Amino acid sequence: MIESLWEEIPRFFTYYNWIFLLEAAVRTLVLTGVGCLIGFALGFYLAIVRVFRGKKYIPLKVVTIFFVEFFRRVPFLVTLMLVFFFCQGVQLNVSVFTVALITVCLISASYTAEIVRAGLESVHPAQWEAGEVMNFTLAQKLRLIVIPQAWKVILPPAFSFFIALIKDTALASQIGVIELTYVGKVFNNKGFTAVLAFGTVLIMYYIISYPLARFGAWMEKRFALSKH
Amino acid sequence: MPYLSIEDLYVSYGHNPVLLGIGFAVEKGEIISLIGPSGSGKSTLLRALVGLTKPHAGRVFLDGRLIDYSNRRSLRETRDHFAIVFQQYNLFQNMTALRNVTIAPIKVKKRVPREVEKEAVALLEKVGLGDKLKSYPDELSGGQQQRVAIARALAFKPDILLLDEVTSALDPELVKEVLDTVRMLAREGMTMLIVSHEMAFVREVSSKAVFMDEGKVVEVGLPSQILDHPKAARAQEFMAKILRH
Repeated sequence: MIESLWEEIPRFFTYYNWIFLLEAAVRTLVLTGVGCLIGFALGFYLAIVRVFRGKKYIPLKVVTIFFVEFFRRVPFLVTLMLVFFFCQGVQLNVSVFTVALITVCLISASYTAEIVRAGLESVHPAQWEAGEVMNFTLAQKLRLIVIPQAWKVILPPAFSFFIALIKDTALASQIGVIELTYVGKVFNNKGFTAVLAFGTVLIMYYIISYPLARFGAWMEKRFALSKH
Repeated sequence: MPYLSIEDLYVSYGHNPVLLGIGFAVEKGEIISLIGPSGSGKSTLLRALVGLTKPHAGRVFLDGRLIDYSNRRSLRETRDHFAIVFQQYNLFQNMTALRNVTIAPIKVKKRVPREVEKEAVALLEKVGLGDKLKSYPDELSGGQQQRVAIARALAFKPDILLLDEVTSALDPELVKEVLDTVRMLAREGMTMLIVSHEMAFVREVSSKAVFMDEGKVVEVGLPSQILDHPKAARAQEFMAKILRH
């Protein structure tokens, strides 16, 4: 087997295969990166909505909770299909890549909303009260007092979710997005051994996820552990 | 007309009534101590005054104006006159001692940061923490944290300072440094409403003592009178219990 692998390698790493692989890596990267960014921004907003007080916010809060609970409970693949068929149903002419991107954002937003909510709730109510009696506005209480203290609870689960999300984007291959896992299958089908085809893909996933993990560790250090 | 006048105030937590028609008045410059057994509603009264707990009946007048606790603007205006120091200090954990003192004047009162900072340094020096400006709450002892909390309250320039059992969470040897700070404010004529279990301190600094039990004011009078010769049976019983040990 080792000999056949050795024999395959020159045929495998051709110019066009490299292009094919790198393009797929970029798709996985964009799916994850944009998913994390938009998802986190939207998730943060969804979590903030839940600390609003007052009757007029009740409808908004109900919609938020429904959104979060729905997308947290539906499996990734099912969400992918839902978005896919929804876009078809309303005759929205978008690429499968866009469908995958929307799905990743929806899922990422609903998960980070819960992570951020837990972070905000981890800050002692007395901190809110101290701000309240000093006439801080809600935005000021969040920005100056609560969110800075919530990072240490938000960041670790947020980054482990993001790293899990990289791997989840593999499911986008199911609707025909040519990302890393899809490419692995194509190489395998072309006759390369699974070890070579998926081994290469595995290394690419690692190359994408390792810096993200390091970045998460850096963020934790920067925002959560040391305040000096 | 008294500066702060509390009339027939009712507060409950859910179906659990805590204050049942509290009423007394506070003149400018007075130091009033609220004493009484745990659960008598002393802390709840302070929380109600600053609107952390909504009263559901009764009236509070501040400087002759009725406070409307359900109106945001009235509440904000009211809170401008009060500052409260909590039992658990409640310093902002993500800020240095100095920042804890300066943040509200800068961000809420929109004052010039340089001026505020100068005042804050002076306040922290006054409470004996001139060398701890850059320390975070978790690097300070309880007594030091509580003194920062008092400086933070003073930086707000309140007309009335509310002290909610400010020494109850402290080790015995740290109590004095905080009480000394309060004594200093008393000499300066700060109007204060103090919830305390330090009876010797109550006797020393307060101009009036209010004995509360089960959500009601049982007796009001000079501290010496309330502590030594209470008229109400419930107050006599309480004093006998706490003075015995």
